[in-house]
Amino acid sequence: MTVRFTTAGDTAFNVEFGEGIDRPTNARVMALHARLKRAAVPGLVETVPTFRSLQVVYDPAATCRREVQAAVEAQIIPDDEAAAEGALWRLPVCYDPELGPDLLEVSAALGLTPERLAALHGAAEYFVYMLGFMPGFGYMGDLPAELERPRRTEPRVRVPAGSVAMAGRLTTVYPWESPGGWHLIGHCPVPLYDGTRPSPVLLAAGDRVRFEAVDRARHDALAAEVAAGRFDPETLRASA
Amino acid sequence: MSAPELRVVRPGLFATIQDLGRVGYQELGMPVAGALDPIALRLANALVGNPAGTAGVEIALLGPALKVEAESVRVAVVGPMALRLEREGEPPAALEPYRTHTLARGDVLALGAVTGASVAYLAVAGGFALEPFLGSLSTYVRAGIGPLGGKPLGDGARIPLGRNAAPAGADVGLPEPPEYGGGPVRVVLGPQDDRFTAAAVETFLSATYRVGKDADRMGLRLEGPTLAHRGTADIPSDGLVTGSIQVPGNGQPILLLNDHQTAGGYAKIATVISADLPRVGRLRPGDPLSFRAVSVEEAEAIRRRQEQAIAGWIRAIRTVRPAGGVDLDALYSENLVSGVVDMRNADDS
Repeated sequence: MTVRFTTAGDTAFNVEFGEGIDRPTNARVMALHARLKRAAVPGLVETVPTFRSLQVVYDPAATCRREVQAAVEAQIIPDDEAAAEGALWRLPVCYDPELGPDLLEVSAALGLTPERLAALHGAAEYFVYMLGFMPGFGYMGDLPAELERPRRTEPRVRVPAGSVAMAGRLTTVYPWESPGGWHLIGHCPVPLYDGTRPSPVLLAAGDRVRFEAVDRARHDALAAEVAAGRFDPETLRASA
Repeated sequence: MSAPELRVVRPGLFATIQDLGRVGYQELGMPVAGALDPIALRLANALVGNPAGTAGVEIALLGPALKVEAESVRVAVVGPMALRLEREGEPPAALEPYRTHTLARGDVLALGAVTGASVAYLAVAGGFALEPFLGSLSTYVRAGIGPLGGKPLGDGARIPLGRNAAPAGADVGLPEPPEYGGGPVRVVLGPQDDRFTAAAVETFLSATYRVGKDADRMGLRLEGPTLAHRGTADIPSDGLVTGSIQVPGNGQPILLLNDHQTAGGYAKIATVISADLPRVGRLRPGDPLSFRAVSVEEAEAIRRRQEQAIAGWIRAIRTVRPAGGVDLDALYSENLVSGVVDMRNADDS
């Protein structure tokens, strides 16, 4: 097992478990993340899981790199991939060209009908590798190989919140209106970020996601329930 | 009687409520945000007797005018900026920064132009009576997160105060402004310095860069020699910290500040050491900077010395002349300030 430590100044370092984006590498990241949450290392501020590395943030006024790294190394177990299984979410998505303005273009580029693209996208179970970009933005994979497309050459200045998008072997739901370079193929009426909830971000790294196709009428009805404050996102949590 | 508050009677250009950051939620993709110059905020809080992490107002470019709607309030301003007191029936009076001022009901504290740094801070004794979000009162404007709608303080905004009256005791001040040090900004190379050519690393550590026009709380685009990657600029997205220097494919470095996103996919050549973050947080468009590499151990030692210096500045806080006494410094600064600073002019060149 090769583990590489890289340095991010005197407030953080990264524990790298590999070079690429794959489940076994990420499982080791998540396993160390979980262990360090329980370990209560003095001066450790937080750990941030990403695709293939765990960023360890510490307070240099309270501790030092040598001590934190020693404590972290003590928590690295060979071939430790036994991270706790995350929650499974069933997120509604409406694959409609009006709500997913790239649906027709990207399915044509892939040599598929829009219906086939939607069916393939909706058939897979995705793993939330990490959150980043914006609060609650989940990098989910792996997209079926038939759907792999590079990012748009011209990123959009404005992607509406709730847009369901794909790029490379990843898919996501934009939690915020923001710029974005992924292909928009549909829309999820349930917000993945809601500041009024006690825990405002719905998904966590390590969770799993299934998309469930809904028609436009159902989509709009759900959106209305959300707008009226009558929708409980916990109902999207599938029993494990 | 209404709840004590400060009311914005003239908006500034970009004043936000900040504390030392929304720490601990980066795994949700939540940026830390917080004060660009934590030294100034800590000193402002020390002056008014608050805990170091109490939220204050970060003032960029030109500050707002705040009307006191409380029995009295003690404030401190730390940073290079003009301020003045507008009191009913009296001519406006220039006030000095780096000390406290005790204001009465109806007084207007007019925070003017910030000159010589990007930001200055206002702290209020007793802090603000605002509900923290995820443990923090820091404002992250890009996503509208934080108190008062997560926006810069606008006209008419009301900031509720934790106290209805100033604490007992005389006004106090710092003997002199804090010293941020000069010379090259110190960095630790990495985490991906191996993704750059040897010549690029050498250029990075010897060239003079300039802060570009694209400079905000998220980061500073640096103008100067381009830095060549070995292969591509892209990496699988990994963690970022305040002070990360990432280099996209165009070879122009970007120094990330407090509102940086939590992860990014560009190779990072180096990271500014924590002791120099307040310094880079104070930089403005056009400011020059260069870099010098140190080890993590050196960075940690520098930070420990800096913490001792800050503790020394706080110990040196002393009583200043009471209001009503003849304050020659204030008279002089009023003459100087009103001569050269137009309070409504945002151009702080």
